[in-house]
Amino acid sequence: MAFSFFGGVHPEENKWYACDKQTQAFPAPDVVVIPLSQHIGAPCKPLVKKGDLVTLGQKIGDNQGLCVPVHASVSGKVKAVEARAHTSGTTVMSVVIENDHLDTLSPEIQPRSQEQVDALTPQELVQIIREGGVVGMGGATFPTHVKLSGGIGKVDTVIINAGECEPFITADDRLCREQPEKLIAGLKIIMKILGLKEGHIALEDNKPEAAKALQAQLAASDGIHIDVLPAKYPQGAEKQLIYAVTGREVPSGGLPAAVGCAVFNAATCKAVCDVVYDGMPLVKRIVTVSGDILMEPKNLLVPFGTSFNDLIDACGHSEYPYKVLSGGPMMGVAQYDLSVPTIKGVNAITVLGRHNEYAVDEPQCLRCGKCIDACPMKLMPVLMYKALQSNDVEEMKANNVVDCIECGCCAYTCPASVPLVLGFRVAKQRIRNEAAKAKA
Amino acid sequence: MAQMKYFYELTISSSPHVHSPVTTRTIMRDVLIALAPSLAWAVYQFGFRALMVTLVSVAACVFFEWLWCRLAKRHCKIYDLSAVVTGTLLAFVCPVTIPYWTIVLGAAFAIILVKMLFGGLGRNIVNPALAGRAFLFSWPTVMNTWVKPGFQNAPGLLSTADAVTAATPLANMHQGLMPEVSAWDLFLGNVGGCLGETSALLLLVGFGYLLARKVISPRIPVVYIGTVAVLSFLFPQGNDRIGWMLAQVFSGGLMLGAIFMATDYVTSPVTKLGQLVYAVGCGVLTILIRYFGSYNEGVSYAILVMNACVVLLDRIGRPVKFGAPKKEAAKQ
Repeated sequence: MAFSFFGGVHPEENKWYACDKQTQAFPAPDVVVIPLSQHIGAPCKPLVKKGDLVTLGQKIGDNQGLCVPVHASVSGKVKAVEARAHTSGTTVMSVVIENDHLDTLSPEIQPRSQEQVDALTPQELVQIIREGGVVGMGGATFPTHVKLSGGIGKVDTVIINAGECEPFITADDRLCREQPEKLIAGLKIIMKILGLKEGHIALEDNKPEAAKALQAQLAASDGIHIDVLPAKYPQGAEKQLIYAVTGREVPSGGLPAAVGCAVFNAATCKAVCDVVYDGMPLVKRIVTVSGDILMEPKNLLVPFGTSFNDLIDACGHSEYPYKVLSGGPMMGVAQYDLSVPTIKGVNAITVLGRHNEYAVDEPQCLRCGKCIDACPMKLMPVLMYKALQSNDVEEMKANNVVDCIECGCCAYTCPASVPLVLGFRVAKQRIRNEAAKAKA
Repeated sequence: MAQMKYFYELTISSSPHVHSPVTTRTIMRDVLIALAPSLAWAVYQFGFRALMVTLVSVAACVFFEWLWCRLAKRHCKIYDLSAVVTGTLLAFVCPVTIPYWTIVLGAAFAIILVKMLFGGLGRNIVNPALAGRAFLFSWPTVMNTWVKPGFQNAPGLLSTADAVTAATPLANMHQGLMPEVSAWDLFLGNVGGCLGETSALLLLVGFGYLLARKVISPRIPVVYIGTVAVLSFLFPQGNDRIGWMLAQVFSGGLMLGAIFMATDYVTSPVTKLGQLVYAVGCGVLTILIRYFGSYNEGVSYAILVMNACVVLLDRIGRPVKFGAPKKEAAKQ
């Protein structure tokens, strides 16, 4: 824990907007839209059709291969199965359900006692987690069961990521403060699956109350360590977090398992607990609705399929939103259609006012080198961008564009407001195109 | 219309969606603030003509940048204050007696030929203000007239005829003699010389401000000045090693050059090792020119020469990327 990763920046944390707001359950709206793709991998195939009656927690989509099922977050009638707007900016096949407000539970949902859970084998637990629709809830939405089953025997350190280094977001902070016992129960299940005696929960030192709440639930025999790391963006980025906790560097292009680590987001960990003990699949999550122009920022427990618009309305805003982001301001995705539904990977909705605008016409790099000092991957953004400008794919590769994690530190710190992250996304695509051309 | 309410005019763009408060403009503003004490000292020492020369130079630089953008139909960015900095620095490296037409010519050369023709801010290869000074040495007499310091000796705003001239310490030292003024006076700035270079003390105050605001790192100035100090200590002319070293460090444009010119982001290397080599190179060249050149002062040409090497210096000392394979890490 004595390790500090290279680079990083200190954007305004802005956690105060929502960090002391108790999580409120948001009432399910009259209509929910559940996209059939809420994870990395193959999209689900719908298991229901228009006119079907569904119950809360019923599986409504699944598929073979790298796929995680989705479940109904309300009970009611399927209105349509059609393409709808998605937070990724495209349209995705979605199940539209008219809520009957009865919340009839699916008969498949059966809580398990501690004895029953203790009797389960790791393989059975992995299967339960898959059927419960659990994915990485920090934003990447990688299927959790794949990470778990792939990690058995390879992983010696498991880290729960409650770092939450993005400005504004307080969802994991609230989770640690309000339900520390569930988070720890989830971690114990993960440790059991991976066959580990010890586990880590890592968070930043700007969340002392969360650390205290977790510590209060721990017994010495649990083998769980709370790692309080200095607040620095991107402390919660997987590779940087592993380095900060263990001092190990995930090799370029490799997965955390290559250095014996597995990282799970705090919300994912709590979802594992819910799925295993309550039998309740993942149908709702805590979402921080915050931003500098909201009248009343909130932490809300939101059923999936609730539109961004409903959530923003619940908080009110003092001026017209300039940007609405799925996620935080450093890595969040700007939305243009607020009818998009809340899904598994949405940990926050950030609403920003116009004064945040910083783009300039014809940005001119000063060669100040601040981007080099900020890059947590120890890259040289200034030269990467130059390679892009000269459209030199070989030079882009030589400057390790593919290692960029798009954390935004360079673009945040660039005095000339050069759109570096945008440029590197373009550069990565060029490299991919080139590789595809070479193959063809 | 309730159902229409989510059609705000939302902006979409790539992340990140927030930005550090530090921009090109704030950096240039900080440089100007750091230069202000030296300008005040110049006025105190050389009269209001010092201010006038600076204002003319700044106005000319801003005008030529605007004119160029107008003619080339480029987006005009004079509000980033970089032309103001160039104008101020150009005035600082000229004698106060310089005729106004000369400095306007220097400004035109610096902005149009050195900066804008290469693509504007960030693309120029050498420092515009220093290149402008080098260009003005086409009129050597104009550039080599030094007034005696002191307000009473100050040249007039329009005519410089009544100014009392005197040799600068560097001219003495070029002949291998100790300067006539004490090291303390050199440090404070009670000497003749270019408009903004005389007071090492006030330039160091500006240095402190730039460090405090994290505009520059101490690497280049400290190594540059350190190299000059070590070399002049090892190879003194005369018996007083320490005195000779102090005279070399505090006289001429070394402080101004090391703090404000060699650290120019655009024309210095981006890697840490590159910056070290660059600063050492500047120091060595400065001493070589001062000792063996036909001209008294070596700072400006030393920096200009090292500017030209930056494209090579950028290739050394690149950081090893996070998670690089061991073999590759060893190779780099």
